[in-house]
Amino acid sequence: MNEVQGIISRYPQGKQKSALIPVLHIAQQEFGGWLSTETMDYVASVLQLKPIEVYEVATFYSMFNLKPVGRYMFEVCQTGPCMLNGSDEIVKYIYDTLGIKPGETTADGLFTLKTVECLGACGYAPMMQQGKHYREHLTREKIDSIIAECRNAAAASN
Amino acid sequence: MGRKLLLEKAHVENIRLYDVYRQQGGYRSVEKALKSMSPDQVTEEVKKSGLRGRGGAGFPTGMKWSFLAKPEGVPRYLVVNADESEPGTFKDRYLMEFIPHLLIEGMITASFALGSNTSFIYIRGEYAWIVDILEQAIAEAKHNGWLGKNILGSGFDCEIYVQRGAGAYICGEETALIESLEGKRGNPRIKPPFPAVKGLWDCPTVVNNVETIAAVVPIINEGGEEYAKIGVGKSTGTKLISACGNLNKPGVYEIDMTISVEEFIYSDEYCGGIPNGKKLKACIPGGSSVPILPANLLLKTAKGETRYMNYESLADGGFATGSMMGSGGFIVMDDTQCVVKHTYTLARFYRHESCGQCSPCREGTGWMEKILLNLENGKGKMSDIDLLWDIQRKIEGNTICPLGDAAAWPVAAAIRHFRDEFEWHVTNPEDALRRNYGIGHYADPIHVPVG
Repeated sequence: MNEVQGIISRYPQGKQKSALIPVLHIAQQEFGGWLSTETMDYVASVLQLKPIEVYEVATFYSMFNLKPVGRYMFEVCQTGPCMLNGSDEIVKYIYDTLGIKPGETTADGLFTLKTVECLGACGYAPMMQQGKHYREHLTREKIDSIIAECRNAAAASN
Repeated sequence: MGRKLLLEKAHVENIRLYDVYRQQGGYRSVEKALKSMSPDQVTEEVKKSGLRGRGGAGFPTGMKWSFLAKPEGVPRYLVVNADESEPGTFKDRYLMEFIPHLLIEGMITASFALGSNTSFIYIRGEYAWIVDILEQAIAEAKHNGWLGKNILGSGFDCEIYVQRGAGAYICGEETALIESLEGKRGNPRIKPPFPAVKGLWDCPTVVNNVETIAAVVPIINEGGEEYAKIGVGKSTGTKLISACGNLNKPGVYEIDMTISVEEFIYSDEYCGGIPNGKKLKACIPGGSSVPILPANLLLKTAKGETRYMNYESLADGGFATGSMMGSGGFIVMDDTQCVVKHTYTLARFYRHESCGQCSPCREGTGWMEKILLNLENGKGKMSDIDLLWDIQRKIEGNTICPLGDAAAWPVAAAIRHFRDEFEWHVTNPEDALRRNYGIGHYADPIHVPVG
């Protein structure tokens, strides 16, 4: 809550709506990686907004997940420059390895695959976002090691 | 070796930290501006420099600043556009990641010129780790007295905040960015009124690209006239180019806009040529929205003159035979790449990113995507090519913001220059699924050096 108050204090009096996107990021992180209606209603009450003002924003921006997602999201860029460097093969390799298509989550709830549009890493293609960071110059071997890394992290925290 | 003004120090060890940046001469422009210049004098130097907006439109920055309304008692705002999302463009990220204090320094000087006491960096949500880098730089700057109240005893107060977006290309359009910063959907506003009169929270606002604001630092340090001596014609100073696609050395390069396109692609100082002995087929020189050019028209203009990496030369020939400098996102395709497929991925991108306000863009981008996918998969008809042309014509110029044009131009240019490749997909549907068309005749008329 202190963090939210800190964000609101950046804006002039009465303009706390400006905090909406930063607060939705925090909410998504705190509540399992996605925004349920209950979570959005809670954000609305904190920022003194109508729930619809939150829904219309949450549905507009592609980083907000409106359905549950796996613990680790592989967001593979597939726009022009990444396509030129083989992003299709990366998507296919993830499917071959984990058995998930874009939009799907593994049965154990660990991995979600999502295809996304240009993430601004065109010179380091193919790439994907995984959590807060970019994974660039992807190869099959690199995907294997990222998957192993995620599984190890999950096992260690269980 | 061209002159570097922005990235010269980007690889000094620990330049990300305040102490190193300061030792290397950082924050001199703030000292100079706040101690010995008036806000109008700072704007005047920027005007003299000839600096043009580095986000893509190339509008003169000093002129944009001088349009800012200054009614008594109303706050003014500087907002830095770090929403870098144009496919092929990753230069601002590089600058912020490696030398964040350069942006903060430029923002303080620019905020002083504009009278902005609260300035924002609106950064695309995916650049999450760069938010931490910038916030650390801001905290260091504040700790050392470059931000806060009464900076250097000048009476000028300034705070800088970083605001994250959440995945929307449209928020790179300045009025959509302002809407987003106000906590709304990124729907562009109808102009006028322009942000300079009615922007963030209805107050006068200047929105500038990251690279533009960083360039204010050398302009104030060396003077606008000195800055204008670098480059050629109305392409003054240096420009960051982010090169990608099929290149030996993709990456971010600072150029002084006097080098040729051929030198940029093939010399070892820059991109080092095309990998694996392949040939250059085509290039989109200024980010995905600008027209694609076949190799022959890229390296030489229609008049047969050498094409250079600057605003005027890249635009030589208009859209018929030229392109644009745009954002500096330089996408290179080798002879094994398929123009139809590449154009399809861009059409899909624009359909995904259309905010949906204007029907020509909302509907048209989806139609173009579907038609291009059919053509790519060998399920297209000859008439589809004309239909595509018709749709893009009806989007261009008929939307509130430039996203419509940005979606139309790549399709138009691909058909204009690569029509036979589109037709081949229709006449050879089975081949189209198995292999790509190849280089065709595009690069034939000229000598293409091997990388």
